Amino acid sequence: MTKTPSSASPSLYEDKRIISMPVRYLINIVAIAVFMLIGNLIISEGIINRTYTTILLQVGVYIILAVSLNISTGYLGQLPLGHAGFMAVGAYVGALAWKAMPHGLGYMIIGLIVAGIAAGIVGIIIGIPALRLRGDYLAILTLGFGEIIRIIIINLPDITGGTPGLLNIPKYSNFNVIFIFVILTCYIIHTMMKSRHGRAILSIRENEIAAEACGINTTYYKVMAFSVSAALAGVAGCLYGGLQGSLFPSAFGFMDSINILVMVVLGGMGSMIGSVLAASVLTALPAMLQFLASYRMVIYSVLLILVMIFKPSGLMGTYDFSLTGLIEKAIIKIRGGSKNNAKEGQANE
Amino acid sequence: MKKFLSIALVLVLIVGCFAACGNSKNPAASGTDVPETDETPAVSGETIKIGLLGNTTGDNSQYGIAVFNGAKLYIDEVNAAGGINGKLIEVVEYDEEGDSQKAITGYNSLVDSGVAGIIGSVLTAPTVAAVSVAYEDNMPMISASATASAVTYNEESDTVYSNMFRSCFIDPYQGEIMATFAKEELGAATAAVLVNSGSDYSVGVAAAFVETCNELGIEVVASENYAGSDTVDFASQLTNIAAKNPDVLLIPDYYNIIALVAEQAADAGLKTALLGVDGWDTVADYVTDLSLLDGAYYCAGYSTEDTSDAVQGFISNYEAKYGDTPNMFSAQAYDAAAIIVAAMTKVDTEAPELEVGSDEYRQAVVDAMKATDADFVTGHVTYDEYNNPQKTAAIIGFADGASSFWGNFGA
Repeated sequence: MTKTPSSASPSLYEDKRIISMPVRYLINIVAIAVFMLIGNLIISEGIINRTYTTILLQVGVYIILAVSLNISTGYLGQLPLGHAGFMAVGAYVGALAWKAMPHGLGYMIIGLIVAGIAAGIVGIIIGIPALRLRGDYLAILTLGFGEIIRIIIINLPDITGGTPGLLNIPKYSNFNVIFIFVILTCYIIHTMMKSRHGRAILSIRENEIAAEACGINTTYYKVMAFSVSAALAGVAGCLYGGLQGSLFPSAFGFMDSINILVMVVLGGMGSMIGSVLAASVLTALPAMLQFLASYRMVIYSVLLILVMIFKPSGLMGTYDFSLTGLIEKAIIKIRGGSKNNAKEGQANE
Repeated sequence: MKKFLSIALVLVLIVGCFAACGNSKNPAASGTDVPETDETPAVSGETIKIGLLGNTTGDNSQYGIAVFNGAKLYIDEVNAAGGINGKLIEVVEYDEEGDSQKAITGYNSLVDSGVAGIIGSVLTAPTVAAVSVAYEDNMPMISASATASAVTYNEESDTVYSNMFRSCFIDPYQGEIMATFAKEELGAATAAVLVNSGSDYSVGVAAAFVETCNELGIEVVASENYAGSDTVDFASQLTNIAAKNPDVLLIPDYYNIIALVAEQAADAGLKTALLGVDGWDTVADYVTDLSLLDGAYYCAGYSTEDTSDAVQGFISNYEAKYGDTPNMFSAQAYDAAAIIVAAMTKVDTEAPELEVGSDEYRQAVVDAMKATDADFVTGHVTYDEYNNPQKTAAIIGFADGASSFWGNFGA
């Protein structure tokens, strides 16, 4: 058995950790930096063309949307159908904030934060009554909310531009901005889920009555999870606006909420890597399959049906990816393997 | 077993992606029949690519398909006659499903495949999204069907998208035409509008109609809204309008809505003459009883009953190729293709040294398109300072359970 170098009294969890936390962070930061560098290089050197650059940026936005919806769907175990509504709140608030302020990096970040806060507040307002309901009732209520947001946007043409659209949004969303916010979102959700709050959220999913009996304030945690999910969707919406340069209410319809939900369900409810993978594939697929003309719609549908038949829990189930975990496994395997080899060698002798 | 299957599915998804990467380097399926070299006069090996951007799947895809068909018909005819000075035109298609995000991806994809100009997009929102990117590239673009004024003119920053043209008239123009028509030909004194508040097209036409009515002295007595294209019940709005009994009622929306409204208007006791705009095109195929529309008029880019040679020639060629009567969108797309190809031919003739796709080439094509002054299937086209065509509208009327060409009306 291996011992953690930093810990004097090894517990069950610490036993598995053969890489100390600072080293884990370092490995992850290096991995992120390498990915960012590669991303910048392949774009600036023209290794991937404009089409794939555009798709890459859109994938980033949808990753944030999918992993944020995963909080309330996968971790909290509810079924909200109004994610595009929160995205719309963030998109419009962020875009209007950007347009009202001068250009600059600081103003860009302020806009994104304002968008996140606005969507988060709307999330709390919707969450308090909505989360008294569960299952299909919650689905219908959030669906209604998403439509309300869209209708409000349509009927405030002086502020939101209405149906003809909000134009001239500063195009802040380049690769670096989107990449950093994808990483930030995943980090925030990851640390939240590993904390006391995250455990409370998971316990509500597993058994709400038991969780309440254990003294967990279920209403508080449900609303918290819901509003964090909404706030991150708002940030994604704001990035979407910065990517498109124009916003139309038609982009935030019921089907767009369903699309994001499909990503989460397909990837595996409660699996972050699943959401990331499904968001990437489902965003890229329509553009990648252009050469198939209308047959691509059939392929898309058949893929969904196949996954749901053979893997109802989603592609990744509840598995979550950990780079350092993978390295640890490899180390253990190598060590274990060498031990086994040694044993075999002894046996042969 | 389950693990194996899930891994297999992940692999299929990923491989699907990469397979598509490899394929899409080549231009997407070309829709035109490139004629044999020996049949056509002096065809060089070179080709010029023209992109088609539009929605050929999803809601409203019949517009995209009609536009693609019309544009491809013209390009086939040009290719059969030897192309642009011997250079054949190759069509690259992209289906953006009517989505503004996919329209930007589609635009970039067409640019990557090396198109010299783009015909598209079809619906307003994706076109506005795509043109905001295309303007930075100065890519020559012409839409056959995007009627909102924001497509060529950005009101907020007061910039005309100089690279963007269209072969259809704009929403406000149709509203003005119908208001003038109501005043001069129908002698209307009062009017009402029934607007789809979820459609920028509907809102744009209605606003211009009301404005022109006020100028001409027609009193607008009622203005009713419905929330979106999926509305099916108009009883309350129609009853309110019927109570005011206006001389004319403008319903600026697409044929599917009109089919519903026409039937419910009779039930609501509405005896007003209905007025429509180019979205009404093909409405006759969707209304169960055409006599419900008696007394109605709508304006369109062209009418199949126009007896001029250009129109009848286009119709017979279209029917020979697709086995179907062309609608207005096909005709406008045919003209859009004609306008952009004429501009490219002019540039190719006058400045053959310009490399296709270079900045100078794009600017030259844009200039040539701006200078368009010729007769097309849907009328004589010149461009105003906002790159909007100045042309007449065909008025189609309904009487005795049938629709007929009333005549051309307007500038």
